[in-house]
Amino acid sequence: MIAVLRSLGQFVLNKLARLGRANLFLLSLLGALTFLFKRPSLLIRQLYAVGVLSLPIILVSGLFVGMVLGLQGYANLVDFGATSSLGTVVALSLIRELGPVLTALLYAGRAGSALTAEIGLMKATEQLASMQMMAVDPFPRVLSPRFLAGCLAVPILTSIFTAVGILGGYFVAVVQLGVDGGAFWAQMQAKVLLFEDIVNGVIIKSIVFGVLANWIALFEGYEALPTSEGVSLATTRTVVVTSLAVLSWDFLLTALMFGAW
Amino acid sequence: MRQKNLELMVGVFVALGLAAFLLLALKVSDLTRIGENEGYRITAHFENIGGLKVRAPVTLGGVRIGRVIGIDLDSQSYEAVVTMSIDPRYDRLPTDSSASVLTSGLLGEQYVGLEPGGMDSYLGDGSVLKLTQSALVLEKLIGRMLTSAASGDAPPAKTP
Repeated sequence: MIAVLRSLGQFVLNKLARLGRANLFLLSLLGALTFLFKRPSLLIRQLYAVGVLSLPIILVSGLFVGMVLGLQGYANLVDFGATSSLGTVVALSLIRELGPVLTALLYAGRAGSALTAEIGLMKATEQLASMQMMAVDPFPRVLSPRFLAGCLAVPILTSIFTAVGILGGYFVAVVQLGVDGGAFWAQMQAKVLLFEDIVNGVIIKSIVFGVLANWIALFEGYEALPTSEGVSLATTRTVVVTSLAVLSWDFLLTALMFGAW
Repeated sequence: MRQKNLELMVGVFVALGLAAFLLLALKVSDLTRIGENEGYRITAHFENIGGLKVRAPVTLGGVRIGRVIGIDLDSQSYEAVVTMSIDPRYDRLPTDSSASVLTSGLLGEQYVGLEPGGMDSYLGDGSVLKLTQSALVLEKLIGRMLTSAASGDAPPAKTP
């Protein structure tokens, strides 16, 4: 009985300590950001790695998600003769939920896991330790550029995902299924609001998700056990934890932004 | 050379992101209509507005001339007070125009339809529309039909 309680206490204390370390880690990341004004080239390289290289998956997924939304929306709305509001359905669901959330999930799988593996391997091969040996702080050189690049890339990728998704929906609805193109755009414009929908959904949500995804990815890599097993475990954890964090924060943000509370 | 290529790719990436955002802002959202807030305000008192919502369109002859910007309840008369913002291009609406809450289609959204009157003076900022017609509430309509059917002899055409 005592042993059970002790292991429970140990578990909780461990989690709390980890949470505390994660927060200190975030503070160090933010504190080291100023270095990037001196060396913007570090940022460019990382922006290429997490942003440009994630483009293909974001473009293709966005297109297909939009096309599926168009098809499903059409199949349901055609019964009510309300196919002209298909544009609203596609745009609102992409802008408010699917765009930011799916982008963040894809980003965690495509770029977050790579970040964790990279940092974890740097740690396993003692590159971080040798930097510290040479009195070079790894935060401004290695971690912060990756963090900032990721936080910039996620909102950009979200905008692209959403825009491509809406174009995909347009393609299916108007070009393939023969919904009136004018009504498609006009109904969309009448219902989608710039500040309430686009700024809240695409901008604020994606910034929150970007910070979450990159923070988790870098922290998991930084905390990984310096073995091949530890790195693989950390990579898995990154994808799982990021997905859970993104989905739960999405509920929270949706309740705050669009909920009736 | 490698760095140059990298910068180019990142530049294209960021430009693509901006283009996507501009598409969302200009083509998808209501940015083109934000200027409508600049219009003059008129109010109308309705006995019942049904399911009218803020931002519902205000039309005249089917043309959208403004939108509903506020719905409130007059605590004295228990009437709904609907504030509308009208595009300043349409500044020659007679003061005796009437407003009614209408529904687009059988299940569509509700909107305010204006009917122009014949007076020479025109509505301005803060004007109140005197003539209004409430929304058609389906339950009341069915209830009235049922009572008239129950009383038997009342022909349906006589209902006002």
